[in-house]
Amino acid sequence: MASSSKLNAKIPEGILENKWTKYRSTVHLVNPANKRSLEIIVVGSGLAGSSAAASLAEMGYKVKVFCFQDSPRRAHSIAAQGGVNAAKNYQNDGDSVYRLFYDTIKGGDYRAREANVHRLAEVSGNIIDQCVAQGVPFAREYGGTLSNRSFGGTQVQRTFYAAGQTGQQLLLGAYSALQRQVGMGAVTLMARHEMMDVVTIDGKARGIIARDLVTGKLQRHFGHAVLLCTGGYGNVFYLSTNAMGCNVTAAWKAHKKGAFFGNPCYTQIHPTCIPVSGDHQSKLTLMSESLRNDGRIWVPKQKDDKRKAKDIPEEERDYYLERRYPAFGNLVPRDVASRAAKERCDAGYGVGASKMAVYLDFEANMMRYGQIEANKKNLHNPTKETIRALGKDVVKEKYGNLFDMYKQITDEDPYEMPMRIYPAVHYTMGGLWVDYNLMTTVPGLYALGEANFSDHGANRLGASALMQGLADGYFVIPYTIGEYLSEEIRTKAIPTDNEAFVKAEAEVQERINKLFSIKGTKSVDYFHKALGRIMWEKCGMARNAKGLTEAITEIQQLKKDFWSNVRVPGEQHEFNTELEKAHRVADFIELGELMCKDALNRNESCGGHFREEYQTAEGEALRDDDNFAYVAAWEYKGESNFELHKEELKFENIKLAQRNYA
Amino acid sequence: MSHGNMNLTLKVWKQKNKDTKGRFETYDAKGISPDMSFLEMFDVVNEQLISSGKEPIAFDHDCREGICGMCSMYINGRPHGPKDGITTCQLHMRSFKNGDTIVVEPWRSAAFPVIKDLAVDRSSFDRIMSAGGFVSVNTGNAKDANNILIPKDDADTAFDAAACIGCGACVAACKNSSAMLFVSAKVSQLSLLPQGKIEKQDRVLNMVKQMDEEGFGNCTNTGACEAECPKSISLENIARMNREYLGASFTQNKA
Amino acid sequence: MFCLIPLTHNFKYLFYTIMSKKTGFLSSSIGKKFLMGLTGLFLVSFLVIHVTLNSFIFFNDGGVSYNAGADFMAHNPVIRILEIGLFAGLLLHIFQALLLTMENRKARPTPYEVVNGGANSSWYSRSMGILGSLLLLFLVVHLSNFWVPTKIAVFNHTEHNTFAGMKEVFAQWYFVVIYLVGVISLLYHLLHGFQSAFQSLGLNHKKYTPLIKKTGIWFSIIVCALFAAMPITMFLGIIK
Repeated sequence: MASSSKLNAKIPEGILENKWTKYRSTVHLVNPANKRSLEIIVVGSGLAGSSAAASLAEMGYKVKVFCFQDSPRRAHSIAAQGGVNAAKNYQNDGDSVYRLFYDTIKGGDYRAREANVHRLAEVSGNIIDQCVAQGVPFAREYGGTLSNRSFGGTQVQRTFYAAGQTGQQLLLGAYSALQRQVGMGAVTLMARHEMMDVVTIDGKARGIIARDLVTGKLQRHFGHAVLLCTGGYGNVFYLSTNAMGCNVTAAWKAHKKGAFFGNPCYTQIHPTCIPVSGDHQSKLTLMSESLRNDGRIWVPKQKDDKRKAKDIPEEERDYYLERRYPAFGNLVPRDVASRAAKERCDAGYGVGASKMAVYLDFEANMMRYGQIEANKKNLHNPTKETIRALGKDVVKEKYGNLFDMYKQITDEDPYEMPMRIYPAVHYTMGGLWVDYNLMTTVPGLYALGEANFSDHGANRLGASALMQGLADGYFVIPYTIGEYLSEEIRTKAIPTDNEAFVKAEAEVQERINKLFSIKGTKSVDYFHKALGRIMWEKCGMARNAKGLTEAITEIQQLKKDFWSNVRVPGEQHEFNTELEKAHRVADFIELGELMCKDALNRNESCGGHFREEYQTAEGEALRDDDNFAYVAAWEYKGESNFELHKEELKFENIKLAQRNYA
Repeated sequence: MSHGNMNLTLKVWKQKNKDTKGRFETYDAKGISPDMSFLEMFDVVNEQLISSGKEPIAFDHDCREGICGMCSMYINGRPHGPKDGITTCQLHMRSFKNGDTIVVEPWRSAAFPVIKDLAVDRSSFDRIMSAGGFVSVNTGNAKDANNILIPKDDADTAFDAAACIGCGACVAACKNSSAMLFVSAKVSQLSLLPQGKIEKQDRVLNMVKQMDEEGFGNCTNTGACEAECPKSISLENIARMNREYLGASFTQNKA
Repeated sequence: MFCLIPLTHNFKYLFYTIMSKKTGFLSSSIGKKFLMGLTGLFLVSFLVIHVTLNSFIFFNDGGVSYNAGADFMAHNPVIRILEIGLFAGLLLHIFQALLLTMENRKARPTPYEVVNGGANSSWYSRSMGILGSLLLLFLVVHLSNFWVPTKIAVFNHTEHNTFAGMKEVFAQWYFVVIYLVGVISLLYHLLHGFQSAFQSLGLNHKKYTPLIKKTGIWFSIIVCALFAAMPITMFLGIIK
């Protein structure tokens, strides 16, 4: 298989370990005087956006940051709980850059680029250094050194964390760096602004059309380069662990302006979320993967067992992860754990009222910790109750905030009965196709963080999203953007009365007019929920050709229905959240179709993409490396028309193998 | 579409934009399930308003898991409602009774002008952060993370302060609309850590100056902020900032 | 002589640091409340002296000890100077309170429809302004009852029997009521003010704050109980 001529990944020559160092040292530079006249637009203010904007402004570029929330600090990176990976080997357990690289490639089911992933592993350590220097309060040991914990898919402790709020602390670190630049006048902050389209001139990205969400006015902004740091598209499923505002609009608009979309079907379903409780549900809440360190996952051995969890004796419980994967046990990667839960529930062993949940049980480890504490305290023959009380305190210290959150939502006390959990949409590995410089197929248009497709292959390991967002923003884009901008130093700022800007704004205005003119009967949420149901049922944890084919037709019908029956109340020139949602859902519908087409095209199972037709006798994902070891990059060719381009994935340093966690 | 069997009356502040006067409007919330979150109850009401051709109620929200700090409702006289230690999005309807009347208002402060209905402009917080809520370290300047050893207790105390989500409930709760808890949380976090000590004097002076310019009121130590903070940020932080400010004012080596 | 030049410069600098309208310590919100706390604690220290001297009546010796004390207070030059300081402190405390209250009003132009303050703070911590105003009204009565006659006596170089004056005042029930209202206002003002002053001065510590809070409560109760005991015991004729 050869890569499409339209895709040049620009991976540097040389041996893997030296590629990045050598490239970084030879990439073109922009001198400080020229940086001052080069303008960069950053859309999104999460880990990738804030870190990129701050770093580029520090270097001297003129930066404008856009976010739809009221403050950059609210971007959804804030909600990441568990931690951030880095190959520091502080625990002396044999970790290394290579091991992190290897785990990530394997965890991604051999569908990521070697060079990108190795670069990610190389800079991972710098991220921790940078964050600590900013004052991020990571968890520490009594000696004052940094603390680590384990995460799924690895056998070393390389995850740095700040209680269950690591994402928050990392984002606040990046946000503080960003606000410092805002205060110095190097960054112009445009909060409560949403990007409505990319403006291209002579094939290059030259700016954006934005809508001021407070006044409703459309604005034109010029930039020599545009960075999309707009996160993932998990909300295409309506219910996900994403924030309500997370959307694909920026990436989708870029796609329609020529940026190829990479691997759209790769979605991550997180195994430990609080199950759906009713049709009113607006979002799903994650229970951190770190809980799998101490929680054991099980279902009753008997189908449709109506007894309470406590009344089911040990020998009648099926600890199915420990049974199927003894080496990794409850800490198998997310895709494996999620599918295993679905398999048990589909087979009729699910628990709770909906029967769509499994138990995550802390009892055994509570007793184990209690015994250790009792020994520490020199208690002889303590009663079971004493041991349990001591163990409960240990669990409370480790996971107290998560247990409280669980109780808040379900009204059940997880200290007294096991948690009920079920998989939920969490992250999207797919995204805009980018080359080694993080540039999309539109020159001058970049995609960073979850918005791009690049580093996680078909499945992301826990605590790697934060790593990638910050790697892209702090340590990759500041260098790689020079390759493009060094050629742009002669380009003067283009006035926004240029016809390309005028035309782009007119198109946005036309769409707004159209949305208001429909005056239908159904709310935007109605369509979003309908789309979510199609996607979850037919393009969710397990997919098959029949379902995907049906889904494509259903989505096309839904699209027609949307554009004839949606009701958008209010007016344009005001704070109008329904109008915002309408734009986003319209784009999600189009994306949903492409996701199904991508999933239908990929006749194999890998990572988060599980095609029921392609599995081993044991029910594991069955890859087809001969035919599908490629990145599917889709080009937009008009309504419901996408052309597939392939980027061949070459594995020169890692031997392709069936993933084995048993 | 019915979800549950609770029926409630909502008295909600409606205001078109910051330049117009607002007033209360009354809405019926029917068929509410006790398992809904407070915001999901609003979703249901809005859905009904839209389908009957009326304008929905505007409110801020995003993550709906209590961490982004976007949601901001003043419910029955308390920011984030009747339960301690949570945000509005984590409040569930089982905290209310069938037949209750619930009064919902926006955060009220001169420094938080209303944008529409229940959504307010909290950019004053961002400007305070820009004035000094950071460590001046450019990307690439950091040395190995374990070269800075920090006593666990200091790291833990700094973390507790850093847990602030910037929602503004402290300002909303305070009878004086003071932002001391928010500002002191950041001042404390960074003054407790060796990384932040270098510029701690400038930081506290500049952040307090910006806070005063934004039009927040003065702290009278009622403790309402701490009691209403969804992340339980401690009043100790305010005392620490007072200390830091006093020290910086009198010992700073600048004219 | 030479050293005076930098000294005056330093004073000028210090003055600027504290008083500058734009950047001075006292122009900031923290500086203002710092001054509130400082003057408050200063007034608290006065209360100690006041209540100690008052307690002399409980010797029940017909006012001999008490009048001796009062006479000392009225004529000692050190006390005279401190008295000026006391009034300055009181005025500063009142002035700052007015300033802060006005600013705080401005900080919330639209009031809430429903406020459930009881859920997050004590009523008296939210009512320091009203309690303070009551105290001020009480002070006017109190000063005209005792301080003014004493001053007139000192001015005219005549003898003044404060104890006798006290008996006269507290023989009337409405003065007893006014004094009890004053003392109760003081109690609640102190219950919040005592520990609040420490917080404003930045003195909050895991180990000592609980102690400060307890001390504040007991101090407020004891001082106010002693103050209240005077009019009551005199009205009831226990003190003769």
